Amino acid sequence: MERHFEHDLEELKQRLLWMGSLAERAVHQSVQAVLDGEERLAEAVLGEEDAINEMQIEIDERVQRLLALQAPMATDLRFLLAVSRINGDLERIGDQAVNIAQSAMRILRHPQVKPYVDLPRMSELAEAMVRDSLNAVVRGDQELAQSVLRRDDQVDRLRDQLFRELLTYMMEDSAVVFAAFELVLVAKNLERIGDHATNIAEDVIYFVAGRDVRHPALDRR
Amino acid sequence: MSRILLIWRKFLNVVMLTLTGVAAFGVVAVLFLILGYLVWNGGKSLNFDFFTQLPKPVGETGGGMANAIVGSLKLLFLAALMGLPVGLMAGVYLAEFGGKTFSYVIRYTTDLLNGVPSIVIGIFAYSLAVLPFKHFSAVAGGVALGIMVIPITVRSTEEFLRAVPGSLREGAMALGASKWRTIATVVLPAAKGGIITGVLLALARVAGETAPLLFTAFSNRFWSPGWGQPIASLPVMIYTYAIAPYDDWHRQAWAAGLILLALVLVANIGTRFVLSRGGGGRSA
Amino acid sequence: MGATTHGNNATAARRAPQIVMTEKPPTASEKEAQVRFEISDLNFFYGPKQAVFGLNLKIPKNRVTALIGPSGCGKSTFLRTLNRMNETIRNTRVVGEILLDGQDISQMDVVGLRRRVGMVFQRPNPFPKSIFENVAYGLRINGYQGRLDDLVEHSLRRAALWDEAKDSLHKSAFALSGGQQQRLCIARALAVDPEVLLLDEPCSALDPVTTAKIEELMFHLKDSCTMAIVTHNMQQAARASDFTAFMLDGRLIEHTETSKLFTTPTDPRTEAYITGRFG
Repeated sequence: MERHFEHDLEELKQRLLWMGSLAERAVHQSVQAVLDGEERLAEAVLGEEDAINEMQIEIDERVQRLLALQAPMATDLRFLLAVSRINGDLERIGDQAVNIAQSAMRILRHPQVKPYVDLPRMSELAEAMVRDSLNAVVRGDQELAQSVLRRDDQVDRLRDQLFRELLTYMMEDSAVVFAAFELVLVAKNLERIGDHATNIAEDVIYFVAGRDVRHPALDRR
Repeated sequence: MSRILLIWRKFLNVVMLTLTGVAAFGVVAVLFLILGYLVWNGGKSLNFDFFTQLPKPVGETGGGMANAIVGSLKLLFLAALMGLPVGLMAGVYLAEFGGKTFSYVIRYTTDLLNGVPSIVIGIFAYSLAVLPFKHFSAVAGGVALGIMVIPITVRSTEEFLRAVPGSLREGAMALGASKWRTIATVVLPAAKGGIITGVLLALARVAGETAPLLFTAFSNRFWSPGWGQPIASLPVMIYTYAIAPYDDWHRQAWAAGLILLALVLVANIGTRFVLSRGGGGRSA
Repeated sequence: MGATTHGNNATAARRAPQIVMTEKPPTASEKEAQVRFEISDLNFFYGPKQAVFGLNLKIPKNRVTALIGPSGCGKSTFLRTLNRMNETIRNTRVVGEILLDGQDISQMDVVGLRRRVGMVFQRPNPFPKSIFENVAYGLRINGYQGRLDDLVEHSLRRAALWDEAKDSLHKSAFALSGGQQQRLCIARALAVDPEVLLLDEPCSALDPVTTAKIEELMFHLKDSCTMAIVTHNMQQAARASDFTAFMLDGRLIEHTETSKLFTTPTDPRTEAYITGRFG
């Protein structure tokens, strides 16, 4: 029997995906702004921030309403709780993209420190994680979510690598410190984006399988 | 000392319980005795002639009671015509309308009417329907029997209407039915099984009344044309034949008695059928 | 400002983003609801005992309004004043004004009122007739002349009973299960095309699956029918209604949109009731 509650859940999912799309685009554009030196791209990202934040509020209101009025059970309940958390992570991804855009605007004023090799690789990885975690939400795909979890370590390693390289550059030539420092921040933001994508993947596993896979180091018994 | 008391009590217990069983058996036995007597004595005289022929003149043997059978039916028809509408409508009134005191009065007088001896009702009908016309008639008999039909019909109609759940009435009224519409299209059809049984029982009861007919319908050795002439009936024929000195007439009286009893039994058993078949249908 | 050059060879290899969604999902706009029933200062008496005190309420058109409250708070009594069913009980008195589309219902012909305002009761009460005759009853007593078959089918469809009943239309209504009988009663009430449908705890005698079916059909009926439902089941009120009114001891405590009442009620008594902390 088709219930109109299903319709409400579908609408909620659509809005979450839209928010995810905005976040994904923001990340891509902000990194592109750094790599291409395009100020307009950076400004576009700053302009989109409000849309992402508005959607967060709308989604939270809808979740509250559905929880109060429908008293959902089982998968429906877990889904709504997961949406609430994913909502938060997407908003933080949006914030990180804004930070990257702001760094981009500051980097523009200085000559390029070094050819960008690791940075594009890192951003591709992070963007792929965001995209895949969102796809995992759409399809309820546990496997895809697990693959996102596995890539987190890679992102962390790339960040460490970039830190070491940039540190070397900064120690050799103090003139590049401004730009290099901003690049360090950009790397940090990308690593944080990867973390948030990981959180989203954990939430997917939660609502699909009912397992809480956060903090695996903790002994659960 | 108390040991003897205990034994006495046990003994008394068994004796009394046995007596109750015996009495219960006795009730059934009486009915079966009557039935048996009638079947044995009346069954012998039941033949085709009995149902088709008129009584033969005094002294001759043979003949039948065709006119009495038809007469009883005619009288029942008249009783139904005169008593049922009044009884039914009064029953509806009591069940559906009526304030507290007025209904109480009506019910009480109905019960009183039920208790009036049938011969008194006969005299009443005599003064009402015979004296003014200066002769006995089927109509007068119908009046007397009709009056007797009323109390039973009223009470049973009221009872079966009350048994219809109020939720049915509410349902009809919520659809915009007026009170009378509701009664006619929902309540009465729902109670029809019970009401029909009440009617059948009332008619079966008055079918056997003799005393009131003595002053009203009287009797007739021939066919009674129309409704204004004296008319024969089974109970009166039984009375007439039973006290006569002819054996043949005695046998015919037995047969008539058997017919009457059969009528009553069929009516009673038939009503059980109608009621159990959910004539009306109660809630699921 | 971008006078400096930034190398593009690495960036050219980057793929364009595969956005999950390209367009913002649309939001359905809800039209502002008009008022169907306007109740002003309603007081109701069973003999000397007052059951409803000074009730003021507007029931919006084409929406479901739920009436909740503890047992004996007067919600059923109030519901029954809307189609004057309380008049079937002796010794009752109504003081105050009830307007249906602006007309005072106490001045209307009561039979006409009940055709416009139908009612479904707590326990299913089908007539001892066939399914067809049950649904057709309202049509027949209102002197409808035309083809009953079509109207009966239409009502049974609206009540989500057609598929289950279409092959046994002439069987007794009592052959149906409890849930089906209640849907039959809904079909019967809908047959005369009422503007308003009053439901007095319609699901309290039914199992959860049937209850869900009836709530779903209420959702679809909204477009053509205004509904007011009394329920002691708060979850049902939360799921199925657009507006909720909370009553206590014959008084209206709070009346607002359901989503607001169950998330941020303004009156502490409402909060106590819906959180189950009621004494």
